[in-house]
Amino acid sequence: MTQEAGRTDEALIAAVGADPRYIELVARRARLGWWLSAIIFAAFVGYLTLIAFDKALLGMPIGDGVTSIGIPIGLGLILLAIALTGLYVAYANRHHDAQMAAILKDHGA
Amino acid sequence: MRARLAGALAPVLVLMPAPAFAAALEGEAQRQPINWVAIAMFVAFVGLTLWITKAAAARTRTASDFYTAGGGISGFQNGLAMAGDYMSAASFLGISAQIFTDGYDGLIYSTGFLVGWPILLFLMAERLRNLGRFTFADVASYRFAQPPVRSFAAVSTLLVVSFYLIAQMVGAGQLIKLLFGLPYAVAVVIVGALMMLYVLFGGMRATTWVQIIKAVLLLGGASFMALMVLAQFGFSLEALFARAVAVKSAAAQAAGATPADAAAKGRAIMAPGGFIKDPVSAISFGLALMLGTAGLPHILMRFFTVPDAKEARKSVLWATGWIGYFYILTFIIGFGAIILVGTDAGYKMADGTLRGGGNMAAIHLAHAVGGNAFLGFISAVAFATILAVVAGLTLSAASAVSHDLYATVLKQGRANSADELRVSRITTLALGALAVLLGLVFEKQNVAFMVSLAFALAASGNFPVLILSLLWSGCTTRGAAWGGTIGLLTAFVLTLLSPAVWTTTFGLGPAPFPYSSAAIFSVPAGFIAIWLISRLDRSPRAAVDKAGYPAQRVRAETGIGAFAASDH
Repeated sequence: MTQEAGRTDEALIAAVGADPRYIELVARRARLGWWLSAIIFAAFVGYLTLIAFDKALLGMPIGDGVTSIGIPIGLGLILLAIALTGLYVAYANRHHDAQMAAILKDHGA
Repeated sequence: MRARLAGALAPVLVLMPAPAFAAALEGEAQRQPINWVAIAMFVAFVGLTLWITKAAAARTRTASDFYTAGGGISGFQNGLAMAGDYMSAASFLGISAQIFTDGYDGLIYSTGFLVGWPILLFLMAERLRNLGRFTFADVASYRFAQPPVRSFAAVSTLLVVSFYLIAQMVGAGQLIKLLFGLPYAVAVVIVGALMMLYVLFGGMRATTWVQIIKAVLLLGGASFMALMVLAQFGFSLEALFARAVAVKSAAAQAAGATPADAAAKGRAIMAPGGFIKDPVSAISFGLALMLGTAGLPHILMRFFTVPDAKEARKSVLWATGWIGYFYILTFIIGFGAIILVGTDAGYKMADGTLRGGGNMAAIHLAHAVGGNAFLGFISAVAFATILAVVAGLTLSAASAVSHDLYATVLKQGRANSADELRVSRITTLALGALAVLLGLVFEKQNVAFMVSLAFALAASGNFPVLILSLLWSGCTTRGAAWGGTIGLLTAFVLTLLSPAVWTTTFGLGPAPFPYSSAAIFSVPAGFIAIWLISRLDRSPRAAVDKAGYPAQRVRAETGIGAFAASDH
């Protein structure tokens, strides 16, 4: 039942799929997605590795206080996750959507 | 050593929605005096949500209304509802309790639960919305032969949901005994009955609003607690931590430690403790959390309640923001509890442990900062939270049976909307009854492994199938259906052979599989199996599957032909 919805769109899909601007945009969007995924993935796995191999480092106090380096790192990871999603959404809203809309419009979608 | 590791990792599970919390409670959930304020608050919440359910019922006519609220939920609303699905009583009570005892370790869980969301956004969210309609199987099976992939998705959904659901029910029973002073069986029956009412009559529309209200109450309550704690320390985190370290040192010294030892024990709450011992378990556990999030059927289903890909994107941003904010609050609440609850003899039993068990730290803190009324409020919110999560789970399982198995596999897409709805309602009734029954049967069981299993299954089965069907043109029907099944089975079998189940639950001696989380093996197993089977697939269907990729890709990227907000 999923397939029947847009059977009439087949020609449109073929035309859009062959449009160099579409190909370029999709590649750019995919690159952004993979890069951001890699960043958050690496940050988290790096954090876990640090915990597994060097707990003492995370426990070192900052300056003369009691707050350890681990606190800004852990909280920073949470903020990084929020910031990266924000970045992606802002970028997609500002650039991808408008460019895709323009491409679709040219094909009469 | 292995057994010790399993024990050390057990609290991790606490993070996950209510179930694990239940495990932590086992054996120590004494009944409390009946808490009338909390019960009044809870009745008010239930009254409000039932009223909403009634309003939603009047507008639930088609399958689209039932499964996806007609697709008319905004990104902001859906983000709150997703956060509501995710911020369980366990993450609230469990993480704050973990911080209360061990300090820093609580933060590790929080980060693990959050990092799956960005990945879900970057790789899947928009494509999910553009290709899907009611269930994630719509997406996973888009260009494939329907019966095999739908059957896989339905079985996987039922498995993931069942383990989650049982654990939630047990958690609800234990929690209610603690918070309201009602008997366990009464609690389980109340949860089962309310969940059926929400889903049966209000469908996704009511379920979404229950989630939103609960999310707002929980965020509001937690914000108030964190503010009250910070206000006592001039809004200085350093001052808060310094006082917490001093409290822990003093406690250690009072327990007979030398001054040097006591100082070290105090400072220990600022560093990672014993919870992650070996790197394999650490990474494996992190993988299950991160990738499991992007494979949970009830979370994935929420992507179809919004009108388009743009709103789907915003949903994840809001969800990530709220959940992250909530975890930061929980961190402050945990440290606040060390100081305000840990030093107050009124919250402790004669032997120095917390009244009501270790997970009550946040509940006692609510009393310390807001008196009896606020205690009642937080107790009611904690319980409402379980109700909301259970309703979301049930809806996703009912959809898998009615939409994937009945309408698509059995009736081959020729079922009418009314019949499909009837099947989903019968399924809901059956699931509700089953959930209550299993909740009663498993009262005394260790349910922690069920939650870790739910996350591992989602990460090893659903996640690889979704990613490869979305992003790899070479994926075939056979690869998705069988490869996904292999991923699921690997996670399932390895979990059974792990210390938490083999040794702790069944008492069969040293576990054949030494790690507490299977994900580091089962997630690659899922990916490799799908890849290998697809590559070796020479069937005529494989050619069709591969030929279907370019068109699927364009639809996924552009939204051409996507199911509109309202299809009727």
